[in-house]
Amino acid sequence: MSNLVTNVGHAHGHDHGHDDHHHDSGEMTVFGFWLYLMTDCILFASIFAVYAVLVNNVAGGPSGHEIFELPYVLGETALLLFSSITYGFAMLALFKGKKTQVLGWLAMTFLLGAGFIAMEINEFHILIAEGYGPSRSGFLSGFFTLVGTHGLHVTSGLIWMAIMMYQVQKNGLTATNKTRLSCLSLFWHFLDVVWICVFTVVYLMGTL
Amino acid sequence: MLGKLSWEAIPFHEPIVMVTLAIIALGGLALFAGITYFKKWTYLWTEWLTSVDHKKIGVMYIIVAMVMLLRGFADAIMMRTQLAMATEGSPGYLPPEHYDQIFTAHGVIMIIFMAMPFFTGLMNLAVPLQIGARDVAYPFLNSLSFWLLVSGVVLINVSLGVGEFAKTGWVAYPPLSGLQYSPGVGVDYYIWALQLSGLGTTLTGVNFLATVLKMRTPGMKLMDMPIFTWTCTWANVLIVASFPILTATLALLTLDRYMDFHIFTNELGGNPMMYVNLFWAWGHPEVYILILPAFGIFSEVISTFSGKKLFGHHSMIYASGAISVLGFMVWLHHFFTMGSGASVNAFFGLATMLISIPTGVKLFNWLFTIYQGRLRFTSHVLWTLGFMVTFAIGGMTGVLLAIPGADFVLHNSLFVIAHFHNVIIGGAVFGYIAGFAFYFPKAFGFKLHEGWGKAAFWFWISGFFVAFMPLYALGFMGMTRRLNATTNPEWVPYLYVAMFGAVMIAVGIACQLIQLYVSVRDRKKPENMCEHGDPWNAHTLEWSTSSPPPFYNFAVLPKAETIDPFTEAKEAGTAYQVPAKYEPIHMPNNTATGVVMGALLTVFGFAMIWHIWWLAIVSLVGTVAYFVIHAARDDQGYMVPVDVIERIEAEQHKRLVAAGKVPATATRVETSLEQA
Repeated sequence: MSNLVTNVGHAHGHDHGHDDHHHDSGEMTVFGFWLYLMTDCILFASIFAVYAVLVNNVAGGPSGHEIFELPYVLGETALLLFSSITYGFAMLALFKGKKTQVLGWLAMTFLLGAGFIAMEINEFHILIAEGYGPSRSGFLSGFFTLVGTHGLHVTSGLIWMAIMMYQVQKNGLTATNKTRLSCLSLFWHFLDVVWICVFTVVYLMGTL
Repeated sequence: MLGKLSWEAIPFHEPIVMVTLAIIALGGLALFAGITYFKKWTYLWTEWLTSVDHKKIGVMYIIVAMVMLLRGFADAIMMRTQLAMATEGSPGYLPPEHYDQIFTAHGVIMIIFMAMPFFTGLMNLAVPLQIGARDVAYPFLNSLSFWLLVSGVVLINVSLGVGEFAKTGWVAYPPLSGLQYSPGVGVDYYIWALQLSGLGTTLTGVNFLATVLKMRTPGMKLMDMPIFTWTCTWANVLIVASFPILTATLALLTLDRYMDFHIFTNELGGNPMMYVNLFWAWGHPEVYILILPAFGIFSEVISTFSGKKLFGHHSMIYASGAISVLGFMVWLHHFFTMGSGASVNAFFGLATMLISIPTGVKLFNWLFTIYQGRLRFTSHVLWTLGFMVTFAIGGMTGVLLAIPGADFVLHNSLFVIAHFHNVIIGGAVFGYIAGFAFYFPKAFGFKLHEGWGKAAFWFWISGFFVAFMPLYALGFMGMTRRLNATTNPEWVPYLYVAMFGAVMIAVGIACQLIQLYVSVRDRKKPENMCEHGDPWNAHTLEWSTSSPPPFYNFAVLPKAETIDPFTEAKEAGTAYQVPAKYEPIHMPNNTATGVVMGALLTVFGFAMIWHIWWLAIVSLVGTVAYFVIHAARDDQGYMVPVDVIERIEAEQHKRLVAAGKVPATATRVETSLEQA
């Protein structure tokens, strides 16, 4: 029969103390962040759907075929994909507890991500300068929204990464920093996956 | 410097608005003076505004919901009065541009700022207690969610006095809501109020999903979670799956309005119908987010007051799940007239009708729970029975509307208005009021006055039928929605009756306010006090702790191995056992970060609405910076020492002895924690 005051070895108990709570809450934070990423995924799905609806509405303006430069975008893609690998190395260094290596790989990831953003801004700049800004047509509105939303996410990731590098430099590889680097890792790889979809749906299918 | 903002934004020439503003200003001043006079600012700040305690956040949500219910109802009664007056050539007393803002505000407020916070408040109050947890998974995030809602509330109320609100209807369809046809700030208020509060709702969904998945007390299986927790969980699944669509849609409308994009515009390749699709891909799940928790409340109420286990606990969970899944496959029924073709309309019509099957399962579960039970006719039960009758009618008119052919006739008519008020008032609102009366003693330790509660019920339900049955008829007679004046003499008697019904509902609301006053006045009377925690002889864990519960909820985490663990324990004589010794409890610290970020984001929203770019940048950067500093503090909370727990639990033990729940001589028991 049920006994209401029975406590079966809960992590908040005294025996386990404070450290265990760190571990417990760290796992929970990563899980919650994963749930948040799923909401972000739906946000992207909505914008992908919008792009798919608008892609042929060129309103007399250019279509993707006329303005996309695949080799350039391939370069962008390479930067982002390599940044995922370097972030992976940062996580491996984190598990080994090697602070300097973690910082090094994070810095490398940051540079690659920043390179991606710089290339994207350059692409946007060229398009707008040629008169192919988002106001030109429904297609271009959808294009700038989708690619721009991804770019904004990457930029947020870069700001987060910079803050994390400062935190690791200052406090070392604490439990909190490990949790946060794990969340950022999920975020960063997630943006990579989204980019692969962008590359396929927008650029490849747009130029085929 | 101030963007589009100038003195002209304040409607000095509108006497109705100015009088309302004066009343709000006087009320606000009185509140401010009262808090200052009684020196309660510190108390308010440290105990409530900065609190991360789910129970207090829940109470604050419900306070916001009730204030906004009054605001939304004021809009409603203005509309009914206008329509009763503005017949056969009379213009009434509300000019069209004002009337349009009122029906938009009424819809937005009642859905987003009344129903949503009411549900979120009840969920905050009850769910962690029901699953035997000490707080939600992310207490700070919970506080932030609440303050994001408040940001939205502030913005929509500021629109009353500074500028205007949207005149587009609560759905804000483009191209009407685009810059070309709505050049004012009304739609911008709409966008930012919904965007900020919607963000808060998404975070709430994530938070409570993690809570039920990770924080259940040892032994509680998922399928054994109480039914209210389960219906809230389904609602949270819907939230995380649908609110991002709203976020995206509003952001796209923002781009159209602020940066000359052509996503929903009429020209250069924009597609306005895409907005309608996206809006309802969120909007339809949204109405299930509102109704499912109400179903949960009714289930708790009916099982508690029948003195029986809920009939078909598992089928109730599966039925809620089926409603959630189907709820995502019916959005197109809001616009059969768009012209998607016969096959598409038929698919969505059939999917819509399918929803009545799991809903029917629920209705029969409730009826079978009552069957052979000893139903106590309390006010909660009245609300539940009233719901079962009213909602069944509303559901049937819904099935009628699901037939595309019929919908072509009834689309945008008052029939639709009657239908959705039928299900939202008769379903969600009745449920929340029942839940309010049910959980009020849990939050405050005394019961609400039953007589006034029953009076409120009878005025509400009869007022509802008098107000909305004529609208079904008017719909059939061809009256469309969102009219500010009519010319058909045949409609007039119905409009008068509807107006009278609204007045009856007003009396019902007045009864609720009196009920609150009387209950607070008589809270010390022995028959009203229930600080021992179990006023209804209920089944689930939230009733096994004191009322109000201690801030840590449970001194020892309860064990739950069946659906109604508290009933089982009471029957076995093992409820209220005192453990031989307590352990320190880990709890989170309060933080001002939620309220500060909410305030900064309110400023951000206001700056965006009025195109005050520098202020928008400053407030946004400020918000992010404040959050980063908060995160860098890395607050790990604190341990509640054993002597504090001993003291609080001893008081509770005394109350239980006084209430005759446990013998004074009860001995302490060993717990398996120590055995381990």
